[in-house]
Amino acid sequence: MKTDVVIIGGGINGCSLAYQLSKKGIDVALFERKYICSGATGRCGAGIRQQWSTRENIILAKESVKIFSKLSRELKEDIGFRQGGYLVAIHDEKELKEAEERVKLQRSLGVDVKIIDKDEIKEIVPILDPDGMHAIGATFCPTDGHADPFKTTFAYARRAVENGAKIFTHREVSKIIVEKNKVKGVVADGERIDCNYVINSAGAWSRIVARMAGIDIPNRPLRKEAIVTEKMKRVFDAMVISFRDGIYFSQQSEGNILGGIPGPDEREGYLYQPTFSFLNHMARTLTRYAPVLKFVRVLRHWTGFYDVSPDARPIIGEDPNIKGFIHCHGFSGHGFMLSPMVTKIISDYISDGKDSDYLHSLSIERFKGKDISREVSVVG
Amino acid sequence: MSKKIVCRCEDVTEEDILKAIDEGYTDFEELRKKLRIGMGTCQGRTCIMLALRILARKTGKSIEEIEKPSFRPPVVPITLGSLAGEEDED
Ligand SMILES: Cc1cc2nc3c(=O)[nH]c(=O)nc-3n(C[C@H](O)[C@H](O)[C@H](O)COP(=O)(O)OP(=O)(O)OC[C@H]3O[C@@H](n4cnc5c(N)ncnc54)[C@H](O)[C@@H]3O)c2cc1C
Ligand code: FES
Repeated sequence: MKTDVVIIGGGINGCSLAYQLSKKGIDVALFERKYICSGATGRCGAGIRQQWSTRENIILAKESVKIFSKLSRELKEDIGFRQGGYLVAIHDEKELKEAEERVKLQRSLGVDVKIIDKDEIKEIVPILDPDGMHAIGATFCPTDGHADPFKTTFAYARRAVENGAKIFTHREVSKIIVEKNKVKGVVADGERIDCNYVINSAGAWSRIVARMAGIDIPNRPLRKEAIVTEKMKRVFDAMVISFRDGIYFSQQSEGNILGGIPGPDEREGYLYQPTFSFLNHMARTLTRYAPVLKFVRVLRHWTGFYDVSPDARPIIGEDPNIKGFIHCHGFSGHGFMLSPMVTKIISDYISDGKDSDYLHSLSIERFKGKDISREVSVVG
Repeated sequence: MSKKIVCRCEDVTEEDILKAIDEGYTDFEELRKKLRIGMGTCQGRTCIMLALRILARKTGKSIEEIEKPSFRPPVVPITLGSLAGEEDED
């Protein structure tokens, strides 16, 4: 078989790339070793937040929100995009100062965000107990929100297939063929597929995939756990998060509460076993934030992986040494919300050779003995 | 037209399932996640088997050929209050 671009991984990033490249008339084949959404995408909170601490993430998220808001129409399917806002708890005076700085930067970049007091917290999310949260206030951005990760990814995949893309599920790429520092093809299930580009959008397995091309990347898989409760009548629309406690939770369109928090036994590595210590810690923190949830039952508890880069920022663009090898990983727990912009930048690069500042600032080369500026506004 | 409900908790009908299969959702996990089959309070005790049968019949495969979904703990729903280690107040 022969194609122009091979995409490895059928998560939100791989499927969005398949859609965008096929829309431009480029020949693509996507390989997913399990089923679509079996990786982090099908296990995530799918929250979309523009309240970041770095200019780069703020702009990428803001531009992504613009794309998300038109995506249901473009993909001709409802992707469940809702803008219920993100409420970020502020716990003390020091955090308040930092929040003021962030809000200033975010507002200067056109994000509608403000600092609110304890009364306003209760107006936006009536079940919250600001004292239980140890909150003195919060920041709130009403245009933050979430989308349904399954609906969004499946819609991308369906439209990609209609555009002529080939999507192979239950097929694992085991080898990448490189000759004279240039990508020549891949091997999947013993079959060789010739291609000019390989995109590594294999999420937490991106390090293993990069190694197939002889490339060493600094990412690590970090086990994350999440829960979902039974359905409740609709009580709030916002995602509630705290950088100090690391908790995030929201009420999904169907009424279930979905959330997560860093567990006491959080480890690096491919560990699938959910832990009771997480469940206990999550339940304690969540019922401290919203005491009425004590009476709500947990339905499911699962694990997923963050693909963590050393500075918690994604790694994108063509490899400096292996021509045709495209990085698209290292999302460190926020790869759903950034995917519209990141995949647009990558597909414009492949189709038209279009350059972007982000292809430089987020290049794999930044780890070569340079200063690393870390994104600090991370939860979960 | 009579509506045959397959998943009561998530309100999924046989018609919904057949339509999704026609759209290309022939992988059981993808079908299940697209329609939320088995994601309700009862944890899909009966509806998962029913949905599996519909997919098997429609695609001409045996149930064994179609992957079974993994059940995710807790299998019996427990309140957040008891998970937090507090006395149930009711
Ligand atoms: C609990 C949890 C909560 C999260 N919450 C949020 C959130 O609120 N907002 C947000 O933006 N992000 C969130 N994230 C992060 C987000 O889920 C990821 O960044 C994003 O889904 C990554 O998408 P992806 O397509 O790059 O990778 P994935 O969805 O992981 O897809 C990679 C795919 O590659 C496949 N694969 C691997 N190796 C091979 C191979 N050799 N051959 C073929 N296929 C292969 C895998 O099977 C997998 O399906 C969360 C993550 C977790 C775990
Ligand atoms: S009937 Fe399907 S989950 Fe309960």
